[in-house]
Amino acid sequence: MKKFKKLVEYFVEAVLFSSSTITSLTVILIVIFLFREGIGMFNSSPLEQNFVIVVSQKNPVQELNATQIKAIFNQDIVNWSAVGGAKDSIILFTTNDITNYYSEEELGSSLENLPAKLNDFILENPGAIMYISSKSLPPNFAGHKLAVKKIGVADFVFGEQWYPTSEPIPSYGIWPMIIGTLMVTLGALLFAIPLGIATAIFMAEVASMRIRNLLKPIIELLAGIPSVVFGFFGLIIIVPLVQKTFGLVVGETVLAGSIVLGIMALPTIITITEDALRTTPQALKEASLALGATRWQTLVRVVVPYAKSGISTAIILGIGRAIGETMAVLMVTGNSSNIPHSFLVPARTIPATIAAELGEAPYGGLHFKALFALGIVLFIFTIIVNSSVEFIKNRSRRA
Amino acid sequence: MKKVLLISLIALSISFVQAQKVNFKVKGSDTVLPLTQKEAEVYMKKNAGSSIMVTGGGSGVGISALLSGTTDIAQSSRSLKLDEKMKLNDAGKAFKETIIAYDALAVIVNPANKVSKLTREQLEGIYTGKITNWKQVGGDDMKIVVYSRETSSGTYEFFKEHVLNKKNYASSALLMPATGAIVQSVSQTKGAIGYVGLAYIEKSVKTIDVSYDKGKTYVTPNVENAKSKKYPITRPLYYYYLATTEKLISPYIKFVLSAEGQKIVLQEGYVPLN
Repeated sequence: MKKFKKLVEYFVEAVLFSSSTITSLTVILIVIFLFREGIGMFNSSPLEQNFVIVVSQKNPVQELNATQIKAIFNQDIVNWSAVGGAKDSIILFTTNDITNYYSEEELGSSLENLPAKLNDFILENPGAIMYISSKSLPPNFAGHKLAVKKIGVADFVFGEQWYPTSEPIPSYGIWPMIIGTLMVTLGALLFAIPLGIATAIFMAEVASMRIRNLLKPIIELLAGIPSVVFGFFGLIIIVPLVQKTFGLVVGETVLAGSIVLGIMALPTIITITEDALRTTPQALKEASLALGATRWQTLVRVVVPYAKSGISTAIILGIGRAIGETMAVLMVTGNSSNIPHSFLVPARTIPATIAAELGEAPYGGLHFKALFALGIVLFIFTIIVNSSVEFIKNRSRRA
Repeated sequence: MKKVLLISLIALSISFVQAQKVNFKVKGSDTVLPLTQKEAEVYMKKNAGSSIMVTGGGSGVGISALLSGTTDIAQSSRSLKLDEKMKLNDAGKAFKETIIAYDALAVIVNPANKVSKLTREQLEGIYTGKITNWKQVGGDDMKIVVYSRETSSGTYEFFKEHVLNKKNYASSALLMPATGAIVQSVSQTKGAIGYVGLAYIEKSVKTIDVSYDKGKTYVTPNVENAKSKKYPITRPLYYYYLATTEKLISPYIKFVLSAEGQKIVLQEGYVPLN
């Protein structure tokens, strides 16, 4: 019997050990995975794999930058003379346009005539710019490739345009999203910190036991509401409210996102602050009261300073809750990729972008990698937030 | 003893799940998804023992799943792109294409808006950010708020190709995660404009008549006009499948194309074939 008990103990220990190993391994694997997928987008060509931009051999243009190519395919530039070529109008051509020029019979049932027809096309249309797969080009093709600049880290972080599916050149600039994410989070905290700390103080020090027992479950319930429900609430109640109050043309704004996120961060802030306030030793409080301090003075001079580090942790965890929130923000901030210059305009956040676009981004493609790179940026934000929690904890321990 | 019972119960339920055979899978466009779900539901009720698994993810996802063999039918709100055809050819896979229904996109505005008709060129101007005030297209002096679907949506691509002449959306456009959200936002924003499938039109928004011949004729978006091809922003919805699995799938496809299947198309707010 004793032997059996020992065996059980051994078994439990093994389970505990493997659980913790699995947890830490999972975290490490997720980080490795995130970086492996995300790093891949840098220093690669913005064009799809195996795709090239070609022009006729007679065309003197050798190189175009991404902005020029974008302008050409957006039909803002319509003549070669604008980019240093001859005076000839530009004819846009992507692979799917071939059926406008040649019938399916001419191309052959398994497209075996495609390379020859592409060659015919460029011979007949010297003003063409073609965006096609290099595999479909014939070996003696009557055109030359244009050089395209690779994507750098600075283009990604400080770029101001996000057109991930635009052909032939997508834009992956996330600066508006970084600003959007930070502004929505900041707004949420401006709203949630005073309200959260006030509620926590009320619950810990002022409220009677009965009121506290009533409030506590309500606030905990707030933490349990799914974020989609918050999103709906925001879209139907907060958005029109913001729009009417400020007389805006559009209600989906940073402010609406901030309010919804603020409500979502409240339970975290309240619960942790309240716990911190409650750790103040009764002896300290009694000493303060005994010295003749009022209840208010005791609260401000003794209880809150004692719980300072706990309150800071609450705020920072609140930031963590707000910065990574996805669904609710996706529904109320409007997601337009302009840089927000105030709290009353639409904005796009990093988590919302990942959630909205990952579903359709082709696996392993550039868009897919760009979304993982966005994940890295978000991960870095979170690391900063978490290490500041550690920093504050350590500092208060030393003090 | 209790534990043993529990474990055997779990094992039993797992084996039950496995025993329910999935005959074939349909994957792809979120636009087609509600239709396929309804069709599959009715089909499975009629044919006891058959089982169809339907998932969304987007047209592109469905087609690449067909390519990798993880789905039997790819549902798509656009025809195959040439490079997708090339990939299928390269893999030596012969495929079949069936149009199962049509879908029309309606342009909607707030009911308080005076404007009731627009040309394609005006729509392009509004969506690319060149027209920014309603008075430029005959409405009140009011800023235009442009609503669009997310970039991942097949509807986003379709609208870009057929209305914007392949130009990029203005970066100030508000991208909404769902069609329902567009209807909601347009109904509560005075200067708003958006586009949604016919099935989503409600009384809280106003549809816009569209002209594709520079203003000579304007067509109202409704099922009749979409059916008669008068309404220009109409697209076919496709099923793609491999020739090798045709035998397995054809009873289902026949059902979708039958009078009963097409009735479901109409009920779900899409445009039937004839």
